[in-house]
Amino acid sequence: MLEVTGLRVAYGGIQAVRSITFHVNQGEMVALIGANGAGKTSTLKAIARVLDAAGGDVHFCGEKVTRIAPHLMISKGIALVPEGRGVFPRLSVAENLAMGAFVRDDKAAIADDLERMYGYFPRLKERETQLAGTLSGGEQQMLAIGRALMSRPKMLLLDEPSMGLAPLMVQKIFEVIKAVAAEGMTILLIEQNAKLALQSSQRGYVMESGEITLTGESAKLLDDPKVRAAYLGE
Amino acid sequence: MDIFLQQIINGLVQGSIYALVALGYTMVYGIMGLINFAHGEVVMIGTLVTISVAGFLIKAGMPVIFAGLAGLTVSVLVCMALGWGLERVAYRPLRNAPRLTPLITAIGMSIVLQNVAMIIWGRNYLTFPPLLPSVAFEFGGAHFTAVQVIIVLVSALTMGGLLFLVYRTKLGMAMRATSQNPAVASLMGVNINRVIAAAFIIGSALGALAGIMVGTYYEIAHYQMGFMLGLKAFTAAVLGGIGNLAGAMLGGILLGLIEALGAGYIGDLTGGFLGSHYQDIFAFLVLIVVLMFKPSGLFGEKTGDRA
Repeated sequence: MLEVTGLRVAYGGIQAVRSITFHVNQGEMVALIGANGAGKTSTLKAIARVLDAAGGDVHFCGEKVTRIAPHLMISKGIALVPEGRGVFPRLSVAENLAMGAFVRDDKAAIADDLERMYGYFPRLKERETQLAGTLSGGEQQMLAIGRALMSRPKMLLLDEPSMGLAPLMVQKIFEVIKAVAAEGMTILLIEQNAKLALQSSQRGYVMESGEITLTGESAKLLDDPKVRAAYLGE
Repeated sequence: MDIFLQQIINGLVQGSIYALVALGYTMVYGIMGLINFAHGEVVMIGTLVTISVAGFLIKAGMPVIFAGLAGLTVSVLVCMALGWGLERVAYRPLRNAPRLTPLITAIGMSIVLQNVAMIIWGRNYLTFPPLLPSVAFEFGGAHFTAVQVIIVLVSALTMGGLLFLVYRTKLGMAMRATSQNPAVASLMGVNINRVIAAAFIIGSALGALAGIMVGTYYEIAHYQMGFMLGLKAFTAAVLGGIGNLAGAMLGGILLGLIEALGAGYIGDLTGGFLGSHYQDIFAFLVLIVVLMFKPSGLFGEKTGDRA
């Protein structure tokens, strides 16, 4: 479904991502793990067109999307939940969710989806009219995921959904991510919490200094001595 | 007491005009952090286009009311196109430039527009055709005219319409989202370029309306009239908290009132040393005081609320 070939991302002269190639199949949850600064977020941003790729190609559903206008990505079916949540702080919870459905105009279905999001995250329903900036970090993460799902994407890109959250909240968020995946959503997940990411996903890629150094089934990566030493603290 | 009431009425009228112009500054600032110093010139061109169009039609024998409406329509359309063009030509290429660059460009565009206007309309003061009947009323010892009433009403309606657009429509929501986080708004499918263009176009339309009000009120216009008006409206926007719509409206009205009351009483206060033609100092006193003690303005949004 998503084919990334030889993707490069550079900031000025500095190469953040050096020609990586990977793919995500339909209905799969794939984890991209690695240390801080390995180039995971840059990869995701380049796929979502927040950043321009310095080279290489991204194909989504057979279509080349490497250079299309950023605001068209969501109509192609790719929704990014950005690092640090990126909720609109002075829009209400309901308005943030409505922004997720910005490109849609099927009002009845949007209303259904809104109820579905409130079903996933009852906390958001309680805070419907509150400004998003007043929510806790965990609630903002819920909102960011709900907002991305409101576009009815074919694929969800998740950038560090566990970042800065209390363990209990992380657990809640991942329950929803797994539930969404179980409904057939294709997901590319970036995490520093490698254990959690590999436990939740089917396949994984390990990134180091802008390159993919290891790949395989998540269960096998979890048992890999190198991964255990470098990322699982064993 | 009658001076007081009189100056409150005058201040409300002037303040309504400031508010409309201030909205143009604040909308653009709210969305892209740019102070469009050429906005005052857009207002000036709104006035001058109305003079030409309405003046020509009146001379051609058209009833004043239709000539006025035609002048208004053409002027609003010309200013919308001008605002759009300014953004497209002068500011969009500088979207990622350091902040100072578009600011200097804005001052440059202001000078260019003034000179273009001078070439088209000449250096002399122009008379604004009387588009509204000059009916006067009296209330509690204060006098006011139909023009004044209409200015206040039209600007109140326009501001109501703007609030509806920004807080109740999808475009408005996209504009608010873009002002808070353009990168994420773009992820949601918002075409940032369109939202920015919309801010310029709407702000310029409000500016054109304000320009017509100024012309109708003072019955005179000049290619340099946008400079002082723009500076004062900018002051109003800063007073209310730049980037904040309600702030621009309140700031405009307040500034109008402060100026009018200041002009009404400055003679008494200085024992006749300074007369009411010194009213301009009040606007800039306000600007200085706001910048010294509360640079974020009355409704200023605190920085760092981006989660």
